Amino acid sequence: MTTSAPQARTAPPPARRKAGRQRPRRSGRRLAPYLFLLPAAVLFAVFKLYPIGRSFFLSLYKSVDGVDRYVGLDNYERLMDDPLFWTALRNTGVILVIQVPLMLALATGLAVALNSALLRARAVFRLGFFLPMITGLVAYGIIFSVLLNQQYGLANWLLSLVGAGEVPWLTDPLWAQISLGLALTWHYTGYNAVILLARLQTIPSELYNAAAVDGAGAWQSFRHVTLPGLRPALLLTTVLSTIGTLQIFDEPYILTRGGPDNATLTIGVYLYQNAFQYFDFGYASAIAYVLAVLIGVLGLIQFRVLGDKS
Amino acid sequence: MRQATGQSRSPGKSIMLTSGFAVALAAVLIPFYWLVVAGTHSTADIFGSPPPLLPGDHLGENLASLQETASFGQVVLNSLLIAAVYTVCAGLVCTLAGYAFAKYRFKGRNVLFGVLMLGLVIPNQVTLVPLFQMMADWQWLNTYQAVIMPNLALPFGIFLMRQSMAALPDELLDSGRMDGCGEFRVFLRVVLPPMKPALAALAIFLFLFQWNDFIWPLIVLRDSGSYTIPVALASLQGVDDTDYGAILAGTAIAAVPMALVFLALQRHFVSGLLAGAVKE
Repeated sequence: MTTSAPQARTAPPPARRKAGRQRPRRSGRRLAPYLFLLPAAVLFAVFKLYPIGRSFFLSLYKSVDGVDRYVGLDNYERLMDDPLFWTALRNTGVILVIQVPLMLALATGLAVALNSALLRARAVFRLGFFLPMITGLVAYGIIFSVLLNQQYGLANWLLSLVGAGEVPWLTDPLWAQISLGLALTWHYTGYNAVILLARLQTIPSELYNAAAVDGAGAWQSFRHVTLPGLRPALLLTTVLSTIGTLQIFDEPYILTRGGPDNATLTIGVYLYQNAFQYFDFGYASAIAYVLAVLIGVLGLIQFRVLGDKS
Repeated sequence: MRQATGQSRSPGKSIMLTSGFAVALAAVLIPFYWLVVAGTHSTADIFGSPPPLLPGDHLGENLASLQETASFGQVVLNSLLIAAVYTVCAGLVCTLAGYAFAKYRFKGRNVLFGVLMLGLVIPNQVTLVPLFQMMADWQWLNTYQAVIMPNLALPFGIFLMRQSMAALPDELLDSGRMDGCGEFRVFLRVVLPPMKPALAALAIFLFLFQWNDFIWPLIVLRDSGSYTIPVALASLQGVDDTDYGAILAGTAIAAVPMALVFLALQRHFVSGLLAGAVKE
């Protein structure tokens, strides 16, 4: 018995194998992926695909005295004439055009430095700069809202030490936007640097040596070796940041509730207000769909612009 | 120029760069330090002039106040339970699906994967309202499953697992099959063991994602007894006479397990995130 068991395992009689076992095993192999996918597929269909479809349906309705009435594209037409929607769109656009590129430039510099042999204690820095990324949005929103308190916050106290006046971080429209940008940058730069750093490490050092032989300085080798090598990771971080920015909700909600004077009202906050403060689900759904279309269009453009050459 | 060869060519430059980075890192970490300091002071002290710069002795009172105003013990328990159950269940769903995409060729694979990735791109806000209505219809409001279920099939998690599993050699799986294992046993016995680092990364990611999640729990948890930590903290903020000492103590406490988990497993986390992020 001790000798026959392993033998049967390693070398089953050919006839038996063909007739009895191989066929069911093959069909098991055909079925297996579907079984493995089943839980994910069911959950995804119920909790994602169905709501996506349902949301469009809702956007065609309007609740009047508790009764849902079909109104066609009225909600979308209302959006076009809604100054608050345009304010939210503009605020989100400002973040997209100013904060995102600045942050990605910063992340690129950070990644390059973290990859540099000139930097000592790289492991400590890597860890330290990535810590903000694991901090929950509510947690850091609360921290920043207290740090940036105009009268009592640590930030203004530190500024007063060097003789600077009080900065109205969260109460002045322009400063509120700057504060939001600072908070976003603090939170996401490390995350983007991780992605860029990984890509950086795949650039072969021969390319840098070749550039050095050709007499390229630091800037030239950055421009002609590092940047092209980073292209796919830059595309990814740009697309992810764009998607994230268009959906942005937690930070403005916690920091400023969209204020002051709607200066930090983003599309995400406006959607939330309409859905869960005014319970205007039809209108909120219309906003959501416009948002989805925007994300799709911008994503496509970015793929076209950044993605072609790789 | 900047390959990490381990040899510094110019000590002067190296010291300058390193000290510059030390200053920048200090600036980045100030909010963390300040969070710990502020959580141990009373609200009056926090907003005093000068603001406190060293830890104080008010932590006990802050926690007592949290317990009184927000049933913080229950809230922490809710958060732990939800995050733990979510991590296990979502981990299983995502790993199974990622494995199927990585290691099998089957009809409809590309279409299914494409539909799934649509979930990455379509903003969550699109589904918030209908999902909320579903939860209300099913009378799931204020329940753990309302928080847990909708995000179990997380596209990012599936993507992460697919990338990690793709690196596993097919020969390994075939050898398991030769030994007479069924497909599920191959997954369990042959595939999972070498995937431990990737699974650790996935677990940290899922735990952090759920631990920190705000908008969805905010919507479905309407009763303060069922709140998670972020929802409870946000609800305390903005009321008249906000007790910032208590809120910041709660925030600091919420960050401690997270930071510990991250510090202990960061190698896996970063490398696991990268496996999912960079492959084109």
